[in-house]
Amino acid sequence: MFILLLKRELTLSFRKKADFLNPVFFFLVVCTLFPLGISPESSFLRQIAPGVIWVTSLLAILLSLDSLYREDFEDGSLLQLMLSGASATSIVFAKATANWLVTGLPLILLSPLMAMMLNLEPDAYWILMISLVLGTPTMCFIAAIGMAITVGLKKGGLLLTLLVLPLYIPILLYATMAIQAYSMGMSANGQLALLAAALLLTLALAPWAAGAALKVSMSD
Amino acid sequence: MNWSWFFRLGSPKWFYQTAGKWQPYVWGLTFIGLAVGSIWGLVYAPADYYQGESQRIMYIHVPAAYLSMMIYFVMAVTAAIGMVWRMKMAFMTSIACSPIGAAFTFLALVTGSLWGRPTWGTYWVFDARLTSELILLFLYIGHMALFHSIEDFKKADKAAAIIAMVGVVNLPIIHYSVEWWNSLHQPASLSKLEKPSIDSSMLWPLLIMIVSFKLFFVSVLLPNLRNIILWREKESSWVKEEVTNS
Repeated sequence: MFILLLKRELTLSFRKKADFLNPVFFFLVVCTLFPLGISPESSFLRQIAPGVIWVTSLLAILLSLDSLYREDFEDGSLLQLMLSGASATSIVFAKATANWLVTGLPLILLSPLMAMMLNLEPDAYWILMISLVLGTPTMCFIAAIGMAITVGLKKGGLLLTLLVLPLYIPILLYATMAIQAYSMGMSANGQLALLAAALLLTLALAPWAAGAALKVSMSD
Repeated sequence: MNWSWFFRLGSPKWFYQTAGKWQPYVWGLTFIGLAVGSIWGLVYAPADYYQGESQRIMYIHVPAAYLSMMIYFVMAVTAAIGMVWRMKMAFMTSIACSPIGAAFTFLALVTGSLWGRPTWGTYWVFDARLTSELILLFLYIGHMALFHSIEDFKKADKAAAIIAMVGVVNLPIIHYSVEWWNSLHQPASLSKLEKPSIDSSMLWPLLIMIVSFKLFFVSVLLPNLRNIILWREKESSWVKEEVTNS
């Protein structure tokens, strides 16, 4: 059932190329704006690079959610899925996984390019990528809770950011701490382990919370 | 064990009437406690050796910060009770908590910032305690915003309950993540397990203030809850009687 749902989401995303390319371009454009807006000086850029890459990928993921949830809600296919006997939890699980494959993965692959342009040390690329590999799925699953709650609301987008962004703070902190520790020559294992722990915790709990939220949203 | 008290708590009518009877006494106790605590703390307690008179803001700041977290916990527990046993009163309590909690969080932030100016030389730093308190304020605001953006209150109750429970799981995580990140704020002086690191001449007024702030929370919560009950039960006969008789 999960595989079937996942296939459906992926096929839909690849048919509408704009939906999955937009967040990626957003990521590239916003990352480019920072040096223009603050300072193109390389030593300064190196300091802010991890934060800039992380904050923009976080916003890119928030931007990518609408097509996955709201469009399905509006054309009624979400209701049909619920009626089809698939559990709300598995629907959300499939959607969040698809979200990560379609938006999270390209961001991870593009992050070394951005890191190079922002003048991060080449050694820290790996840590940046590992932190994104551990952090982006966590963000997709937390976003699924927020999206499942706000999907039926007219002005859900603004509310979603208000609900979800505070919950992203720990992930953002651990990830940037890991990269900074590594570029200062210290071990980043501790922070990466915490990111992994956060990922496991969200994987275990978030789909159920999001499933319950989806049921509430679809209740009328 | 006799559970009838628990089921009676779930009846809006019983709660409305009992809360109405208790309300004046709770308010009275709150005023006595606040008066005793603040006069003792602001006038009679000794000023801090290093920080001077400005330290007296502690008697407001610490209870407010304590309450800001306790209310979030109450909000999440009542939300969970509501989700599990489908109790109307539990949902209403959870909803009634968040504006009060947000107000205490705001108070803690403002007093902390005023205290920070003379002692740290700045109103605001991105420090662990300050940041996690600010995030707590955002969580409260999100909870209120979500509740008010859903028309049907039964649906809104459940959605807000889920967010309150998700938030309470995240709260310790947020707390420790920012703790390890950056810190200027002093560690807690009060702990349940250890001997407090603060002198008893300051401890007593502080404890009185904490207890009276808790009472203050209850005395604000009760009228708030009674309002919500009246509004939600406005179709029922006992509310119509209540309103026409008074």
